[in-house]
Formats: sequence, structure tokens, C-alpha cells
Amino acid sequence: MLTDKRIRIIIGHYGSGKTEFSVNYAVKLASLGKKVALVDLDVVNLYFRSREKAKFLEGNGIKVIGGAIKASAVDIPSISSEVLTPLQDESYETVLDVGGDPAGARTLGRYKSFFIEGNYDMFFVLNANRPETQTVEKAKEYILKIQDVARAKVTGIINNTHLLKRTTVEDVLKGYDLAKKVSMETDIPIKYNSALESIASQLPLGLDGNIFPINLYMREEWML
Amino acid sequence: MAKVLMKGNEAVGAAAIEAGCRFFFGYPITPQNEIPEYMSRELPKVGGMFVQAESEIAAINMVYGAAGAGARVMTSSSSPGISLKQEGISYLAGAELPCVIVNMMRGGPGLGGIQPSQTDYFQATRGGGNGDYRVLVLAPSDVQELVDLVIEGFDLADEYRNPVMILGDGMIGQMMEPVEFKEREKRELPPKDWATTGTNGKRKPNIINSLYLNAEDLEKHNTYLQNKYNKMREKEVRVESYNVEDADVVISAYGTTARIAKTAISKLEKEGYKVGLIRPISLFPYPYDEFNKIKDDCKGVLTVEMNTGQMLDDVRIALNGRVPTYFYGRTGGMVPTPEEIVNKVKEIYGGAK
Repeated sequence: MLTDKRIRIIIGHYGSGKTEFSVNYAVKLASLGKKVALVDLDVVNLYFRSREKAKFLEGNGIKVIGGAIKASAVDIPSISSEVLTPLQDESYETVLDVGGDPAGARTLGRYKSFFIEGNYDMFFVLNANRPETQTVEKAKEYILKIQDVARAKVTGIINNTHLLKRTTVEDVLKGYDLAKKVSMETDIPIKYNSALESIASQLPLGLDGNIFPINLYMREEWML
Repeated sequence: MAKVLMKGNEAVGAAAIEAGCRFFFGYPITPQNEIPEYMSRELPKVGGMFVQAESEIAAINMVYGAAGAGARVMTSSSSPGISLKQEGISYLAGAELPCVIVNMMRGGPGLGGIQPSQTDYFQATRGGGNGDYRVLVLAPSDVQELVDLVIEGFDLADEYRNPVMILGDGMIGQMMEPVEFKEREKRELPPKDWATTGTNGKRKPNIINSLYLNAEDLEKHNTYLQNKYNKMREKEVRVESYNVEDADVVISAYGTTARIAKTAISKLEKEGYKVGLIRPISLFPYPYDEFNKIKDDCKGVLTVEMNTGQMLDDVRIALNGRVPTYFYGRTGGMVPTPEEIVNKVKEIYGGAK
């Protein structure tokens, strides 16, 4: 994580788990003593956005930047001008949690001047259990479409294949196979295999990319 | 087919197509936009037709047209949009047209907000438009059940020649969950010999209509409709219940709140409380008889909803004063927590387990 670039952009098909990964990633970075900002650029979803967890994140010393209007139920794609702060201020380790699909990635265009090769990482979150990214072809198509709209290049794949609390080791490995094939065809490395802590500890050694145990911060106790 | 992860709204679209729905007419509104989005992308691939209408009223009348021609057709919206569709729903019920209508409820009244609610229970179960009619109302509490009920809903609509409403809330629509599209038995359905498909000069024209100029004829039609609703009351009641006979307190809840209630019940059980659950799946017809299983010395029935007490009326009708009733609700898009329900149950217990 510490060798990842200062600006990390998290993209992917909606429902793949970008927000859960972003929140976990930010918490972990903060626990390593870093000054972290989590920027919620999601203008696609209106529920389950990282800004909903602002209180928890701020409690972990993370700066959270969400919409320009402070209300949980605002149906307006407004983005705070404060997003520029952690992009300009190099003392911040910055995580951009981007909305799903090419539609969500459109918000990135405005920050293009910060996305200079070598200065940022853009991680593609892949979930092989999502119907729209179950094959190599479909996953590659998503990468290309999002890159076009974002005007930035994907630098790493995150295998985040899961079925929420019902995830098995087999799910993660199925996702790994898909991620590996996508990686070989695109020359984009697998950076992380993320999974619930109980699953992560059972994953075999020798996988490409690091194993990244996560907690389900975004799911209420009564949800699957 | 293996399990996949889907958002509730996407799953509605996939289930409808699975059920043979080839026509969708709608107008966007949060929190159900993924349904029209999915249908606009997927229907053309299977030879179907998606139209984003100029309004909700136009959309429901397009549904009327397609259903009258015998097609499997769906529309979806969220609370304020469903209000706009009420005239058309009344016409569909009057003209006996099968269709599936999805309502992913949000906070109200008026434009309200985009967060989840259950405030349209009265509107859905009492007939939200004019006239003495009912729609068959099904309330899923997870995404798998949503899929199953949408698919079954199309069959029920055809069987009864009546609109079927899937009453979800924003949470069910927006939530990601694993789903599976299982092989299912084909149901015997009556032929749509009433549909306006062209006479070929071989029969008299079929007429789709809800206007009756003669009072005797309209009364006869109304009696016929009521008999149909009575048949639904006999045959289509769906309910999940848990530990009802033995419980000191019974919780009644549907949809999202039923799931939260289940988490509350398992917490209470660990502390030695005996709490049951009645989860109506069909809201019309309502599972009144299930409440007869509650023992006379039950301390109370707690209804939990994301409104200020709507299904509570049906619970009171079912119990007829036999057992005290209580209510816990949140509104405006606030979702109750398991702890809040636990505390309410303990309050009803009054200290003694």
C-alpha cells in the first residue's frame, strides 16, 4: 500500500465493491500513520456511499470530502470544490472513490491535470460475480470504456470477487482466475485480492498481488 | 444457474425478462432508476420494446395498451410517480388487464425524499385510484424474493387478469445481494382470448373497456370483480411466520423492516425472550388468519414499519381487540435499527421475562 502512488483512483462496474474497498483502504492507510483523504466522487449511487460513513472515517483521522450539499438524500450530482485540496496538497495520501461505470467516471475528467503518469494509480475493482463483468471480454470492455471517459489509465486490478457475507474461498479464486486472464491480456498487474478477513486467511500463497483483508463497513448488521 | 450479485432494481429487470416480459414503459425517479436503465439496455436484445414515456401518466396508459393487446408488460416507479399512475391503475383493474407494477417506495408526502420508506401501504392495499378495486400486492424482503415474486407476479396477473403490484422500498431496490434464477415449473394459464389481437374477420372484435353506461351492467361487473378478489383472498395469501404460537410478543413487519425485526428477534432470544414474527408477503390479500395462532395471553403484537402506522390497521382488524397492539416506526427515510426494536419489545414485556 505504501508503494502505491499518492493519488489512488478506485473505479469499476457499479456494485463491484469499490466503496467498501475504498473505505477499507483509507482506514488501513490511516492506521499506518498516514494523513489520508477519502474523496467520494459517486454521482451514480444515492445509497451506500462512503460519505455516509463520514463520522466513522473522521474518527479514524481521515478527511472525508463528499457532495457540495450536506444532506444524505440529495439527488443532485454536486461535487465539493474541496476535492482539489488533497489533490494539490502533497502531504495527503488521497483515495478517490469514484461512481460506478463510465457514467460515474465522468467526474474524473475535471481533475485530469492531476493525473500525470507516475503520479497516480487507478485501480479497477473486479467482481466476477457481477453479471456484467463475468467474462474476460466484458471486463476488458469496462476497463477501456472507463479509461476513455476518465482520461486516465488503469494501473492495477483489484480482485474483489464476493457474495457479501456468503463469500467463499472458491468465489475469490474464481475471481482470481478471471483477473489473471484480464491481467495477461491487458498487461495490467493484479494489485490486490480483497476478501473478508475470515476468507483472506484461507487463501493460498503465491497469488499475484497482495491479499487485502477487509471488513464490511458499509453493510448493516441485518443485511446479508 | 450459479448465484450472481445483483442490485435489487437490476434484479427486477432480469426477473421480468426471465418471466417473458417484453414491454416496459416508464419515467425515471430515484430510487428505482436502475429498473428502466436495465430494461432500456436489455429489452432490445430479446426483441422487446422500451419506451421512456413523457410522463408517468403516459407510461401507465402505454401499459394499458400493451396489456390490452395481450403482451406481458411492466412499469416501475417510486412513490410520487406511483401516485401519478393511479388513474391508469384503476382503469387497468376496471378493464381487467394483467400487468406488473413495481413501487420502490421513498419518503413522503409530496416529493418527500429519496431514502427508503413504506408509506404507500394504504395506497397499495386499499386501491389508490377511484372505484372499488384491488390490486394483488406482494412485498419482498430480500433481493432473491424480489426476483421470485416478480416472476410469479406475471403469472398471477395473467391468471386473475388483474394488475399485480410489487411493493418494495428504496432499500430493497438499492441493495446488492446474491440471487439465483432457478428452473421453475410452468403454470397452466388461461388463454388470452380476450385480447385485442385482430379478428382476421373470424370473430367479433374484443373490446377493452372500463366504461359502463348502464348501472345494472356496472353493478354486475363490480360483483364479478369482487368475486375475483374473494378468490384471491382464498388462494393467494402468502405469509412467513416464526414461533407465533409460543411467543409472548409477536412482531409483524414486511419488506426491509421484517429483516431488521429478524435480527432483533435473534438478539432477544439470546436474552431469553420469546418473540415471534408474522411477515406478510401478500399485503392484499392480507394474511389475517395467521394472527389467530397468537395465544390469548400474548403480551402484545408490535407492528414495525417505515411509516407512522399503516399496516397496523390490518393487524388490528386481524386481532379484533383480542391482544394489545403496539407500533414502532421511523419515517422520512430513516431505517429502524435492530436495537430500537429490541428496546420496544422489552418495553412491552415490562421488565418480567
